[in-house]
Amino acid sequence: MPASSPICPRFLEAPMSDKVPVTVLTGYLGAGKTTLLNRILSEPHGQKFAVIVNEFGEIGIDNDLVVGADEEVFEMNNGCICCTVRGDLIRVIDGLLRRKGRFDAILIETTGLADPAPVAQTFFVDDIVSAKTRLDAVVTVADAKWLSARLKDAPEAKNQIAFADVVLLNKTDLVSPDELAEVEARIRGLNPYATLHLTQRCAIPLDRVLGRGAFDLDRILTLEPGFLEAEEEHAHGEGCGCDHDHAHDHGEGCGCKNGQDHGQDHGHDQDHGHDHAHGEGCGCKHDHAHHHEHGKDCGCSERDEAGRIIHRHGGLKHIHDEEIDSVALELEAPLDPEKFFPWIQNLVAVDGPSILRSKGILSFKDDPDRFVFQGVHMILDGTHQRPWNDGERRTSRLVFIGRKLDRAKIESGFSACVAA
Amino acid sequence: MTANPGTPPTPSVADRVRHLTPGDTVTACGFLGETPVLVLAEGGILFASTDERRVAAHPGGVILCAACDGSRLLTGGDDGRVVETTADGTAREVFSGKAWIDTVALGPAGARAWSAGKTVHADTGKIEPGKGAPKTFAAPSTPGGLAFAPKGVRLAVSHYGGVTLWFPNAATKPDVLDWKGSHLPVTWSPDGRFVVTAMHEPQLHGWRVADGANMRMSGYPGRVRSMSWTATGNGLATGGATALIVWPFAAKDGPMGREPAIFAAGSSRIAAVACHPTTEIAAIGFEDGLILLIRLSDGAEILVRPPGAGPVSALAWAGKGAAKGAAKGAGNASTLLYGTEDGAAGILTL
Repeated sequence: MPASSPICPRFLEAPMSDKVPVTVLTGYLGAGKTTLLNRILSEPHGQKFAVIVNEFGEIGIDNDLVVGADEEVFEMNNGCICCTVRGDLIRVIDGLLRRKGRFDAILIETTGLADPAPVAQTFFVDDIVSAKTRLDAVVTVADAKWLSARLKDAPEAKNQIAFADVVLLNKTDLVSPDELAEVEARIRGLNPYATLHLTQRCAIPLDRVLGRGAFDLDRILTLEPGFLEAEEEHAHGEGCGCDHDHAHDHGEGCGCKNGQDHGQDHGHDQDHGHDHAHGEGCGCKHDHAHHHEHGKDCGCSERDEAGRIIHRHGGLKHIHDEEIDSVALELEAPLDPEKFFPWIQNLVAVDGPSILRSKGILSFKDDPDRFVFQGVHMILDGTHQRPWNDGERRTSRLVFIGRKLDRAKIESGFSACVAA
Repeated sequence: MTANPGTPPTPSVADRVRHLTPGDTVTACGFLGETPVLVLAEGGILFASTDERRVAAHPGGVILCAACDGSRLLTGGDDGRVVETTADGTAREVFSGKAWIDTVALGPAGARAWSAGKTVHADTGKIEPGKGAPKTFAAPSTPGGLAFAPKGVRLAVSHYGGVTLWFPNAATKPDVLDWKGSHLPVTWSPDGRFVVTAMHEPQLHGWRVADGANMRMSGYPGRVRSMSWTATGNGLATGGATALIVWPFAAKDGPMGREPAIFAAGSSRIAAVACHPTTEIAAIGFEDGLILLIRLSDGAEILVRPPGAGPVSALAWAGKGAAKGAAKGAGNASTLLYGTEDGAAGILTL
């Protein structure tokens, strides 16, 4: 098996460190993208940015490296039907790169209606762009007050959340704690793997947004849902009005409000000790640091009045979206690469249009190394990352975020990849 | 040549190169009359005759595109300006706008064209600043390349989905040559019968202008960024692969159903190609900085420059423009000029 198994061509010609990092800012109209952009450009962080925007005039900062782009989405003639790239970005980045040494990183602001996938795919498919730049993360700014409504009427808004590595839930001061909990739950239902930050006027330490390495295979450490990882010192400003307790340690017997039995089967076997954002009166008393695998009978779900499935994790609920969902799978037994690669390549070739993002950490039989991969629609990129550590749980984990994913089909296909 | 048995080393003319120190990335090169000129990324033009002279054509800007026909050098920059530089060192602004100038082209009888965003501008080259205006045309998407037909004022505009053939001075509806995908540089065959683009995918696409017949030329490992017609005009020499690929265009059907000629495999891909204007010789520059001369009749190789100093980014013979255009007769036809991304440059006189 090759060390790397790209389906679409990808050429790594410069070492990662020499490549210019690119952060993509998405978000529905009015969510606060421009506010975040202006913050990034004006705060004293010593970094110089080139900025690719779609409308001139909104940026209040004087920066001679602000370039307009036209959002020209091109299909590739490579038999890959969801393989679209942004032709304008290829041209603009090629031009920017001629200004050697004048900037350290690139920010791309997309329009509110943009699909992030062609932007991301540009960094994998185009050999010149991928030789000199690397995608750092897709950051989506969402409006706490209007996101719920947009998720109902604007498919773009849903895509942007599902695709994100980092979500800034902005304007939290404009909603009640209940409304905030609802919108958080919707975001987690769409994309439990994004790191979620609650902000007002996009106030956030910039290292939470920049330098994330979300597409860096070497930085795939774990595939836990984002809210289980250390996160959420969610930029409380003065008068933020948020009255919930951060950083509380829960013990066993949490007597968690929603009456679920968070017992043995959730495997409270790790101690992340994280801070997180609880809804009002969460009253939860258990350890949030758990591995939690939602299966069909996981027993932690309930339905709301509208019949939507809701998972609760000690006060953090997920509202499952009817269209976009995630599938997470884990297998203890080592995999056979001769079975796994054909399966995953066929899966993304056939279902690529509905798979927005994928990631995996894999344990192959008789292979001392962790194999990691990530994908955007049909494009997969993988590598042998590092040897498994002593004492590290050698399991294979896969995560898919997509539209109307067939969990049973994916699960049975994955299970069939176990080495004989 | 050598007393060594076995494979003889490639004969070299590297010791006959006069080295230049542009101090910047060379994005294009050409000759203005007898004078070799280097187009530098950071807005300057180096006149590299024995007494060097620098012209700040785009002060504070970056030059994104250039075309040279032996008497004029047209450059477009991220300063939104189009500048025409002539052999006497005069740099004259012919256009100034807000958007980046993505492509430029020179045509017969003083014609010139450029594009900024989706808008293509073309004029006969006779318009003085402030008097009259160039004709404009809105391309369906941002053009990837422009090329004038060898005769008459007709401009090929490549874009997403094909090429539009536009007569800037006529009211006739432009002809559209369709082919799915993103088309970048475009070139006319010297006899005007074919239009060929290099696509975003690693392949070329050609059309017979008379009837729009399609021809797909594929098999490249990487995007083709340099194309040059051979001296007879019967072959199109291309980069993009580790070997020089020359497609045959002599027949009525062009390269349809024919194999290309393949020469001189190197250890990296070919980044720049320039065919000699009168003899069947091609100069090829690789991504590792190696430059070779290839005799197209038998594939004999001569070393011009060993690898180093980044990809070869500019190659031009005297008597032929920087990239496109074919004004014959100017300069010494046996002088080759080159430049690299990391700022090496030289002149070889044979």
